[in-house]
Amino acid sequence: MGFKSYCFKKSLWLFHFGGASCNNCDIEILDCLTPRYDLERFGMLLVGSIRHADVLLVNGSINKKDKPRLLEIYEQAPKPVLVVAIGACGCTGGIFAEGNTFAGPVDKIIPVDVYIPGCPPKPEAILAGIVKLLGKN
Amino acid sequence: MSKQTLIPVGPYHPLQEEPELFKLYCDGEIVKDVKWETGYNHRGIEKLAEKKSYDEVFFLVERICGICSTSHPFAFANSVEEIVGVEITNRAKYIRTIIGELERIHSHLLWVGLAGHFLGYNTVFMWAWKYREPVLDLFEMITGNRNSYAMFKVGGVRRDIENQKIPAIEGVLSLVKKKTDLLVGAIMDDPVIHARTKGVGVLTRQDILDFAAVGPTARASGVDIDVRRDDPYAAYPLVNWKVITAEAGDVFAKAEVRLLEMYESISIIEQCLSGLKKEKEGDVDVKVKHIPEGYGTGRTEAPRGEVFHFVVSDGSNSPARHKIRAPSYTNIATFKKSCVGQSISDATISLAAVDPCYCCTERLAVAIDRQSGHRIMNAKEIISHSASITDKLLQHE
Ligand code: SF4
Repeated sequence: MGFKSYCFKKSLWLFHFGGASCNNCDIEILDCLTPRYDLERFGMLLVGSIRHADVLLVNGSINKKDKPRLLEIYEQAPKPVLVVAIGACGCTGGIFAEGNTFAGPVDKIIPVDVYIPGCPPKPEAILAGIVKLLGKN
Repeated sequence: MSKQTLIPVGPYHPLQEEPELFKLYCDGEIVKDVKWETGYNHRGIEKLAEKKSYDEVFFLVERICGICSTSHPFAFANSVEEIVGVEITNRAKYIRTIIGELERIHSHLLWVGLAGHFLGYNTVFMWAWKYREPVLDLFEMITGNRNSYAMFKVGGVRRDIENQKIPAIEGVLSLVKKKTDLLVGAIMDDPVIHARTKGVGVLTRQDILDFAAVGPTARASGVDIDVRRDDPYAAYPLVNWKVITAEAGDVFAKAEVRLLEMYESISIIEQCLSGLKKEKEGDVDVKVKHIPEGYGTGRTEAPRGEVFHFVVSDGSNSPARHKIRAPSYTNIATFKKSCVGQSISDATISLAAVDPCYCCTERLAVAIDRQSGHRIMNAKEIISHSASITDKLLQHE
């Protein structure tokens, strides 16, 4: 077992970064915490500070104002950290990729481990993505 | 003179799912001033709309805001249909109304949950979001997606609601009604919620008029406005319903208005469903071949208030200008009244009480050069810039 997989063996704590999104992906992430999906049964928790987190969830297209902040948050994260790009916007910029404020997509700014496509991805898809992430490491 | 402490909330704060920065200037526990900074969510949608064809703009405006993902296409459809001068079929009107009202139910449930969360009452949060799921399932059954429904088009809707699905919809509605009873009982009778929300974040009738606030925020302060009744569209003139108002103007009144509106929404949907049974199946679409030159406005009552779209057409395939105003834009300004003078712990629920939606409200932020402190564009320049664009468009006509 390598160092990285040792770090991610048990409960993962998640930090959510909502970029320039339409809010739907954000809501679906919150939805994962509610009784029907209940992400916490896997020991996962949405935390308030990136300094406590193992996983950075990024959704939404990244605009010019978000970009330096995303970089800063990534730098503040204790390493190793896993990055999940959620939604069409997080993966490619989606419908906003042609916008005049667009500065992404996420993987041009920080390294991404898992992509969860969909607009918005269903909570099941988000759960499946995060579980795959566990298997990958 | 006492010293003021700056408490930033955001831009990436665990309480808010959207990026937004509030600066609370506090003296001890008491909030003395609130400032609000935008731009984290700016995507340039009005400009993007000019690059897309009318059919594509529907998918774009749907993604202005995920929660009101029907209100914006609704208003856009209304404005383009005003340019074309087309009357849609009754069946399409009913379907549009059903989708709009289902959205109001899920949005209000979402708000109730979040409000509970802001109060530190997570049981309400979990319950409300649990009972929101059946509504989303209904959306999935009718439209194929839980959010962002892609139902609207110029001249009608994309998908019919087949009559055989109606009993299933009615079943879910009666379930939602039962659960709403439960939530209303739990919230209206809870002494803790009363203590935390009554007399908190009060907006008087005059404040509402001063800030031009709309939607449940205005109705909770006794201002009786509702676009569905004042400027009827879709099937609202065909069904019976009433506008819910309250007088107190505090957070509790806002919760009350929203909860009672859910009953109205359920009754509107039930009437629309019985209306659907009388119309011919599949008759949901009037073919529109060409969008002539001209301009049109569309208003709809979103869960948060009036959505306004203004579209200028130059006869081509895509809008020449598309202007959007979402309800939170005026509602958010009321923070200046509702939060100032409150303690910090009450300020959060006062901020949440108007159900602010920042992705709708996002505007160009004023840019300041860090080194020289020079404003790259100030408010006056932005206004004259916007006026010059309007002039150009008018000349074009
Ligand atoms: S991927 Fe779709 S749902 Fe998610 S933020 Fe982007 S536009 Fe919204």
